[in-house]
Amino acid sequence: MKERGAQLRAWLFVLPALILLAAYLVYPTIQTFRVSLFGGTGFNPTRFVGLRNYLLLLTRDSLFLSFAHWPPSGALVNNILWLVLFTGGTLVFGLLIAVLANGMRLERVVKSAVFLPMVISSTAAAVIARFLFSPDATIGVLNAILKALIPGFTPVSWLGTGEVVNYAVIATGVWIWTGLSMTVLSAAYKSLDPAVLEAARVDGANPWKTFWRISIPMLAQPITFVAITMIINSLKMIDLVLVMTAGGPAGASRVIGFTFYWEVFNNNLVGYGSAVAILMLVPLAPLMVIQVRRIRNQEAGR
Amino acid sequence: MTPQAISPTAGRVFRGILVVLLALAWLMPTVGLLVTSVRPQADIAASGWWRIVTEWRLTDENYRGVLTARHFFANFINSFIITVPATVLPIIIAAFAAHAFAWLRFRGRNILFMVIVALLVLPLQETWVPVLKMQSRLGLTGKYLAIWLAHTAYGLPFAIFLLRNFFAELPRELFEAARMDGYSDLGVFRSIVLPLSVPALASLGIFQFVWVWNDLMNALVLLQDLRKFPLTVAIQSLLGQYGSEWNLLASGAFISMSIPLLVFFLLQRYFVQGITAGAVKG
Repeated sequence: MKERGAQLRAWLFVLPALILLAAYLVYPTIQTFRVSLFGGTGFNPTRFVGLRNYLLLLTRDSLFLSFAHWPPSGALVNNILWLVLFTGGTLVFGLLIAVLANGMRLERVVKSAVFLPMVISSTAAAVIARFLFSPDATIGVLNAILKALIPGFTPVSWLGTGEVVNYAVIATGVWIWTGLSMTVLSAAYKSLDPAVLEAARVDGANPWKTFWRISIPMLAQPITFVAITMIINSLKMIDLVLVMTAGGPAGASRVIGFTFYWEVFNNNLVGYGSAVAILMLVPLAPLMVIQVRRIRNQEAGR
Repeated sequence: MTPQAISPTAGRVFRGILVVLLALAWLMPTVGLLVTSVRPQADIAASGWWRIVTEWRLTDENYRGVLTARHFFANFINSFIITVPATVLPIIIAAFAAHAFAWLRFRGRNILFMVIVALLVLPLQETWVPVLKMQSRLGLTGKYLAIWLAHTAYGLPFAIFLLRNFFAELPRELFEAARMDGYSDLGVFRSIVLPLSVPALASLGIFQFVWVWNDLMNALVLLQDLRKFPLTVAIQSLLGQYGSEWNLLASGAFISMSIPLLVFFLLQRYFVQGITAGAVKG
């Protein structure tokens, strides 16, 4: 009797949260899967098409995946580039700055400067990037710098050129998110046992070797954490693309998360867009499992 | 050349220069925006912002311009109306849930917590279409309550996760002593857990505030009323329609950045604590 009362009280503590999570996250996801099986325009598509949306997306939508030219192109390919370059870029710069700035007199100032883009909105960051990459001679500082360095350089419209636009948006993403990577890796680097590093030095290992053979392996856990976080971010990416380029020019900077938004809210293809959303879960589901396992292992070690 | 080949002093100088260059590269785009926002419109059109060094002319006309144009000031107020309740609500609801996950026993506790960890990864793209339909069924379309509830729900997985980890680290003896003294579950939560968790609640509050303030997508998708849009949406439409009005864009963007930057510089310690707590442990 007393046990049942305790159970009931515990449930009252979690109930508001569970209701909201069910109503806003779990149930909608199931509904989105259902909607993805319907075709046509409008918010209540009634024509059941089975898996046709998925088939069209993967075989007939040249803005999603196209093998017409080599290398392949489309949102899916752009997203793979995001995954590799964004994750790699934030890790390399984050680690570089965390290690190089460590113990410097200016460490705090440097870290604040690098963390700053993390604090502002993607919208503001996108405006800043539009300035930076502008081909306009009085606005675009990147073109101005390149012109000063390279004789005869003609300004490039970085966001208006299909071949480079995706890289420009990815670079902006790296600029924003390196602050997170740096903060996590710096805290981890500072907590490394100085005795181990000192022992390596006494044994005659040079700083370069010490870094690669000792520091990096000891940082494996935080590096994995940052990598997983960044991979998840790249797979969800939407707002930066929307504000910087709206997927353009001619769809050249589309990513999967953005394609969902464009198909549903711009093209009014709700079933088709929902199929895009469900496809996003294919790479994200294993990451969910990895996260749950990681947390469960930590709980066991508590 | 390996680092061994250079002398320690030269190495340190080289390292210092590299770090400072990196920091300057990271700051430069933001500085460009700030400088542009205080230059007269004629100067912006005539030369790059970096020429401010030789053409030192400052103005507040861009700020006055954007604040009086296109409901921008109303958008600024809207950002506060959206953000404040959307920060307070999830913290309260998450704190109750986190307490149960950390210290109360009930069936399904571990499985539910793992579901919440999994939901941390779920993209909001999965939810928007059905949530829009639900809002219209419940008569919430175009109301602030709609966006408050959405932000609360979307913020819960992280909030519960962070608080539960913090609560679980509190010493067990405290709870046993309180039970002896006849405290109820609610009493323990209110008089022991909450007062001891102020740093964690502060970190979470800052995160949620900045996250909601900076949000574009949820406002754009879920808040179906032009007059209720926050700053982020206003700036996005400024970009779309007036792509070359650099003076208004710069000052508008800087106004929207000023609030989170203020929060960041005043409360930096909590920011870093929150990130490292979520990461190193989580």
